[in-house]
Amino acid sequence: MTTTTPLYTGGRHAAGRPALDAPAAAQAPQAPPAVEVRRSTATRGRADIIIIIGAAVAALSLAALLTARMIPTSSLVVFVVIAYLAFLVLYGLLVSLEDDGRTVLDRLASVVVHSLAGFAMLALVFIVVFTFFRGSQALGHFNFFTSDMQQAGPLDPLTVGGILHAAAGTLIEITIALLIVVPLGLTCAVFLNETRGAFARVVRTVAEAMTALPSIVAGLFILASVVLALGLARSGLAAALAIGVMMLPIVIRASDVVLRLVPGSLKEASYAMGAPQWRTVWHVILPTARSGLTTSVLLATARGIGETSPVLITAGFGSGLNFNPLSGPMVSLPLITFVFSGSPANTMIARGFGAAAVLLALVLVLFALARVFGGRQAGELTARVQRRRAQESLRDLERFNSRNRAPVQMGSPDG
Amino acid sequence: MTTVVAAPTSGQPNPPETARKVRSAAAGADRVFQLTLRGAGLTVLVIMTTIGLFLFYRGSQALGDAGIWKFITTQAWQPSSHNFGIATVITGTLLIAAVAVTFAVPLATGVALYISEYAPRKLRQALINLVDLMAAVPSVVYGLWGFYFLQEKIIPLAKWISTTFGWFPFLGISGVDPNDPLADKTVYESSTFIAGIVVALMIMPIISSVMRESFSQSPVGEREGAFALGATRWGMIRSVVLPFGRGGMIGGTMLGLGRAMGETIAVYMLISPVFQIQPHILRSGANSVSALIALKFGAASPFELSALFAAGLALFMLTLVVNFGASAVIARTRSGALSDA
Repeated sequence: MTTTTPLYTGGRHAAGRPALDAPAAAQAPQAPPAVEVRRSTATRGRADIIIIIGAAVAALSLAALLTARMIPTSSLVVFVVIAYLAFLVLYGLLVSLEDDGRTVLDRLASVVVHSLAGFAMLALVFIVVFTFFRGSQALGHFNFFTSDMQQAGPLDPLTVGGILHAAAGTLIEITIALLIVVPLGLTCAVFLNETRGAFARVVRTVAEAMTALPSIVAGLFILASVVLALGLARSGLAAALAIGVMMLPIVIRASDVVLRLVPGSLKEASYAMGAPQWRTVWHVILPTARSGLTTSVLLATARGIGETSPVLITAGFGSGLNFNPLSGPMVSLPLITFVFSGSPANTMIARGFGAAAVLLALVLVLFALARVFGGRQAGELTARVQRRRAQESLRDLERFNSRNRAPVQMGSPDG
Repeated sequence: MTTVVAAPTSGQPNPPETARKVRSAAAGADRVFQLTLRGAGLTVLVIMTTIGLFLFYRGSQALGDAGIWKFITTQAWQPSSHNFGIATVITGTLLIAAVAVTFAVPLATGVALYISEYAPRKLRQALINLVDLMAAVPSVVYGLWGFYFLQEKIIPLAKWISTTFGWFPFLGISGVDPNDPLADKTVYESSTFIAGIVVALMIMPIISSVMRESFSQSPVGEREGAFALGATRWGMIRSVVLPFGRGGMIGGTMLGLGRAMGETIAVYMLISPVFQIQPHILRSGANSVSALIALKFGAASPFELSALFAAGLALFMLTLVVNFGASAVIARTRSGALSDA
């Protein structure tokens, strides 16, 4: 009943309204209401898909004909370039048979944008896959992770030698760099947000300009200041400092942006409760922005861990395991990748790709961590943190209640 | 009013009300806290400004020996015989950066437009992450990929371009007969072109993210207005999104240019260094300031090192100028006033 009267859906009240329902029921058999067909609002129809397929087939055939018969080349790259250009022309031609010039432009722009984006994504995926594919040769040997290169010459097979010293060096260097960069960078970011005036503006401008500091210049700077002027030998510490100089502006800039997103009302609430500035920063601003700050530090770490040129200039090169950042050369994963891949021996190149794969895996893990821990808006909490906050708040309530009751209970025996 | 109410209780005339003093100077722990903050800011400022000072101090010996003008115009790099200059490497740096920007800007525009205008809403965040990840891939990995994979794939393309468009300046190669099938392929290896393409992939993410930021801020009202007037999607993009994001496009491109000029390891792995200005970008042989430093610092005598510091100073100043220009352009435009870049 109710389905045939779309205007009045009064199923529950139908019994009380026989007069209204009866004529509707009587009319129903005479003129069944037309079933409304949902209008398609899709911008692409079947004809468009056929046109795309047709243009693609024609373009591929044309390119095959041209590269096979006319242009003396057998390169896949040239084939793809010709096929792509032919596709654009043919597709435009086919669309123009039915639509006006504006539509043709629109469709062509859409194809170009889609293909550019697809090409870029494909390139990224391919670079990652290629590195792991070529690296798998070395990664298959367990000793690759557990030994250094002291016993292995350039012509030794992959069953001898490994990159343990480089992995250890990378971890030591990035740890030292983080120990310097995180406190200094975050404090500086807080400074930029908490202070007004010309000085803060100058610091912000300089820090922003330095985000694009060429990494080799960071290495040169440490070479000039720490190695040549202060007399520290080329070592892990010098490399860590060079990486730190490069990471510092990145951390400052990213944290500055994140801290700026902390709602002003939270700060004002804290000040209104009488909290001093340092308590406001420590208990309100930093926890609110924790997610974003974590992301900025992790992303800067991912950048710093992969830097080759500052390390190339400042770390020196050795083949043994060295845990002391103050003396002796300390190699890192990117540096060993660079040096090995320049070698003419095939096993060394394989080791270079293996080191690159390990480095890339490290970067991917850091990146994934940054997305897991971070990526939330300032003040947005995870379910776990929200539960914890609720429990803390409950405990506070009980504490307050017991305090309020306490004087009464203590006073009652006397009274 | 208050005086009337207050008078009966106090029984004596009120002292005239004066403005309460607002004390903004922090006291106690806050004083220490603010000093700490200031100290951190000052430390960062000192570190960043001493970079230029140290480079200048170390490089001044070589600069004084050669003279500024000779240093800029000399092509050769023989510091031991006092005949050295940065004409080759600066030109090489600019050429590689120009090739990189030529390839990266269309690619970045495509990616930025796709993410902000075409991509399905659910896919958007994943794509942004992918582009960010692309920026985090170490440059040595790009270099490996370029050297062991891309190079041989690009050579036929380079050959095709040089034979077809050889009449265009920069693209021609003299001394090679394009119709000779036995011609040596090494002519096309390790060229500015190949290095530029790899660097283009490396700077694409930064350009793209600045562009996307400014595209996605273009006002909804104006977009809807364009659609309401019957614009196609491309018509809307051309009349609203692109004009609005122009500042982001220019600024992002300049940021990418700065990155491209500073890139070291990937370029060093790909090129074979020459010390003579090489305007034919498809021909083997190229150079850049950073590659020169990476190449020569190992066996350098103190004077040669000083010359390298001078070259580093030139690179540093070049990138600084480009970057300050970029941030000025971004900040001045309508979209840039809102964005962080």
